[in-house]
Amino acid sequence: MAISREQVLHVAQLARLDLRDEEVERLTTELGAILDAVSKVAELDLADVSPTSHPLDLVNAWADDEPHASLPLDVVFANAPARENDLFRVPPTA
Amino acid sequence: MSTVVDTLRLTAEEAIGLVERRELSAGELHAAYLEAIAERDGELHTYLRTVDEAGGPGIPIALKDVISTRGVETTAGSRILAGYAPVFDATVAARCKAAGLSLLGKTNTDEFAMGSSTENSAYGPSRNPWDPARVPGGSGGGTAAAVSAGLAPWGLGSDTGGSIKQPSALCGNVGLRPTYGTVSRFGVVAFASSLDQVGPVAKTVRDTALLYRIISGRDPADSTTVELPAPVELPDGERLDGLRIGVPRQAVALEAIEPGVREAFDRSLALAEELGAAVGECDLPLSFDYGLPCYYLIAPAEASSNLARYDGVRYGPRSEGETYREMVERTRDHGFGDEPKRRIMLGTYALSAGYYDAYYGQAQRVRTLIVREHREAFERFDVLATPTSPTVAFPIGEKAADPLAMYACDLLTIPSCLAGLPGLNVPCGLSEGLPVGLQLIGPQFAENTLFRAGHALEQALGLDLVPERLRT
Repeated sequence: MAISREQVLHVAQLARLDLRDEEVERLTTELGAILDAVSKVAELDLADVSPTSHPLDLVNAWADDEPHASLPLDVVFANAPARENDLFRVPPTA
Repeated sequence: MSTVVDTLRLTAEEAIGLVERRELSAGELHAAYLEAIAERDGELHTYLRTVDEAGGPGIPIALKDVISTRGVETTAGSRILAGYAPVFDATVAARCKAAGLSLLGKTNTDEFAMGSSTENSAYGPSRNPWDPARVPGGSGGGTAAAVSAGLAPWGLGSDTGGSIKQPSALCGNVGLRPTYGTVSRFGVVAFASSLDQVGPVAKTVRDTALLYRIISGRDPADSTTVELPAPVELPDGERLDGLRIGVPRQAVALEAIEPGVREAFDRSLALAEELGAAVGECDLPLSFDYGLPCYYLIAPAEASSNLARYDGVRYGPRSEGETYREMVERTRDHGFGDEPKRRIMLGTYALSAGYYDAYYGQAQRVRTLIVREHREAFERFDVLATPTSPTVAFPIGEKAADPLAMYACDLLTIPSCLAGLPGLNVPCGLSEGLPVGLQLIGPQFAENTLFRAGHALEQALGLDLVPERLRT
């Protein structure tokens, strides 16, 4: 099952990737081949099988509700590309 | 060679002995490894950065660059984390520190641990100490190559579908992917959260057990962790009497397994029988037929979600844009390399409206059957055995342009990862002068059984695991 160029562009939008033209070309071919291979899972009729999302049979992991100090703000912002007061500065949304 | 100690042959246990008996200070030992790194790492490129001074009273350790180390740059092999200095230690790094270990450096990895050769590192590939024209495996090729080249006594890797076991096989050392949930992932750069595990890489099974003892156990900061049901035992037995070893028919039937790998594997099974083990066949048909496609839906889907956090807002290099969205899209396009992009795209597609159930949902159902098959096999056997990698180390560049060929490197390691089971790589011979690894899989929490079996085989095999070209 191949994937179309339009689908690749749509998925890139969803994934917030500003792909260059040559990347779109290459990914269309590569994803097509990979999807062909992984689509093998569709061969099995698994309507009655429940999905596994976690390999351990854990039911709830409770933590004690104990307050503790958060990181100081200067530490939190240590790696920030842009800071304004106590906020991460980003370009306008539109 | 270092003047004080031969780091190529020194085990972690021996190194601990030297320091405890005060025959060598922690600083001298640290310096000896730095000297070895200066001598050999220009060629091998196993480290992305090293630490100049011993930070603890004990022996050094190398940490894969997906493990956060406070104040020491942690990039996960990606440009999108260039310059990122974590403001906290991962729990595993903190546990190593608490045990007195000092950080020797951060080792190379495929970008975001996605790969089987380290060729996907944004900072260039590592090389195999047995033959620098070949890959050390991946994604944890840096740690594995460093341990085999005497550039670290031991180290930590992370394993999603084989990133500890496969490089250990290709470099000729011991690597453990622990039972899911036994080692904290807090502070470890996430790839696929239902699969990721941190584990030790070392020269011997005993060293591996010792390091597993240090890092394992419940961590309140990682709610997927559990307390070990029994303490970690250091193995010392020489016999395997009563041990039932199952060999999955469908695994050993794979054509991808090279003849030299098969011979070494068969010899190690014959040896296990001589030591008292009972070897029999078992069936895991779905695991080896559908494991790889199942994994390449689940892992990219979870990766696409985990990697959404790299947006240029809170850390990492930012690409400028007129709007917020433009900034985020450019930051991600410039910051991610080809393999993370491929997996983000694949995973986003598999999770997108209209495809979720056919891909991710179906893969999760296949996973249920793989869990079930393994559980049934362990009703008759104590451990399962396969080769770890179908091939010995391959030449750099051989698979770099073919994603599907690279993905197939993990054909044998993936099924047990999907089932959350522990797996140990033990070197079991050489083929074409390159190491071959034996994979031992146990039921959940059966690490002590794996250590006992691995240790007895290691002792009986008595292989010289110093790369031939580095022997003096």
